Amino acid sequence: MARLALLLVVIAFLAPMLWLVLGSVHRGSALSVEFGGSYTLDNFRAVMNGPTLWTPMRNSLVLAGSTTVLTVIVASFAAYPLSRYQLRFGKAFLYTIVFSTGLPITAIMVPVYSMFAHFNVTDSMPATVLFMSATSLPFAIWMMKNFMDGVPVSLEEAAWTDGAGWFQALRRIILPLMAPGVAVVSIFVFVTQWGDFFIPFILLLSPEKQPASVGIFTFFSQYGAVAYGQLAAFSVLYTLPIVLLYGVLSRYLGGAFNFAGGVKG
Amino acid sequence: MSSATLAPPAPAAPVPARARGRRASSILRRFLPLLPAIVLLLLFFAGPVLWSCYTAFTNQALSGPGAQNPQWIGLANFRRLLNDPTFIQSLVLTVIFVIGSAVVGQNVLGLFIAVLLRRSGPVVRTTVSLVVVGAWVMPEIVAAFCWYAFLNRDGSLNHWLHSVGISQNWLYTAPMFAIILANVWRGTAFSMMVYSAALSDIPPEVEEAASIDGAGGWRRFWYVTLPMIRRSILTNLMLITLQTLAVFTTIYVLTGGGPGNKSQTTPIYMYEQAFKFYDLGYGTAMALVLLVIGALFSAVYLRFVKADER
Repeated sequence: MARLALLLVVIAFLAPMLWLVLGSVHRGSALSVEFGGSYTLDNFRAVMNGPTLWTPMRNSLVLAGSTTVLTVIVASFAAYPLSRYQLRFGKAFLYTIVFSTGLPITAIMVPVYSMFAHFNVTDSMPATVLFMSATSLPFAIWMMKNFMDGVPVSLEEAAWTDGAGWFQALRRIILPLMAPGVAVVSIFVFVTQWGDFFIPFILLLSPEKQPASVGIFTFFSQYGAVAYGQLAAFSVLYTLPIVLLYGVLSRYLGGAFNFAGGVKG
Repeated sequence: MSSATLAPPAPAAPVPARARGRRASSILRRFLPLLPAIVLLLLFFAGPVLWSCYTAFTNQALSGPGAQNPQWIGLANFRRLLNDPTFIQSLVLTVIFVIGSAVVGQNVLGLFIAVLLRRSGPVVRTTVSLVVVGAWVMPEIVAAFCWYAFLNRDGSLNHWLHSVGISQNWLYTAPMFAIILANVWRGTAFSMMVYSAALSDIPPEVEEAASIDGAGGWRRFWYVTLPMIRRSILTNLMLITLQTLAVFTTIYVLTGGGPGNKSQTTPIYMYEQAFKFYDLGYGTAMALVLLVIGALFSAVYLRFVKADER
């Protein structure tokens, strides 16, 4: 019984995904999934040689990459005093952080746009990176603090007596010891930002600055109706880095990994 | 990298303990590592929230007179919201969307899969998680394309249903059903992972004791297992409600809120008003309503986290 139910679950979850895989290699780009027929890599060739793929992919890498680096650095700094000192406002700060992880980012996009327009920073990649980092920070700080709590303070004490400050202790002792935690936070932030559509859709206006999520949407609205095969191929290429990163992560953490663990509290 | 300039210089001396005059500087230094985060969060997170509190009371627009000199119009935007049947309808649709896809769909299906996986072997477990989590890690826009291709008039579902003779363009005939289904598919993995973690924390003796007392499968689940993961259920419900409240991309790609405004949830309506009709002030008023609803749920979630820490 249980096996049958799980089989149904697998089929139901696989069905919509099939189009992605089969549609991208099927000759004669149909919207529906047909088994059999002949297969080809033409769709991939067309997308990879076309003008629509590489600039958006590069922009995605720049946006998600810079956001990840900035978020992880800032979050690891912030986690240090929260984890190590008895701060007067530490608890309050932490609770504010947890509270903001819940706020719907979608809702603030209209005011963000209006604010960016007022300060003339719409269509700016650095400003977008700063905003993306700010939206990633609450969850990143929360996860980072929880991971840091797992590193015993006693290990730093030697460093303190040698006269090392917090920065030395963080860089030389804590971060190396919590490398898996840093990896989880980095990959989480990168995957989230790589896949985000709404933020760059609102804040970046010129096509040469837009990431793949927006580029693929433009492709869909312009050629979607005629080139479904290419749309599927584009989607596969755009999804691939995330699948690879996720694979690395679950391998690295022995399969026991889940993002939800950071939320459990 | 611009982040390097944000890094405060490393202090050379260890934490001073005795001298009273140095206390202030010690406190300051303890806060120093927090500074970059605080600055970023204030400017780009708290900033927009406060900004929306201002813009929502103006007639700011993307073009026209409201673009140059937004005027303070008091509560006019909110009065308009209350008298706007499309907005009220969008709220109702948002509630249906949240209840249908998160509270019922993702939550129940996630728990169901987690319970079944608990007794399964490693092969079944890996296969199921791979597929379910796969739907969750892929970019939202790609997930939306998958469902677009699946439910469209020429899509796979109709192709397979053709023999039964009920093929139709599901995105038009049943738009709410389509976006709910797509969102259940996409989000179930989260609930599944939360519940898998919670179930693995239950000591096996508890359930063994219950079955020795003669409790059958269902009774054991209902009276023993469920109460033990009550906290996780509540936390999960808060989190998926918050996530689902904010869903934009899936709906925008699948139906665009249509046909007409039959699947126009509040985020979609907000986007339309702000960026299609250039009415930023009105859009922001809607954003503020969403934000307040989100804040209420987030506050409840925070209470759970606090309770857990004690």
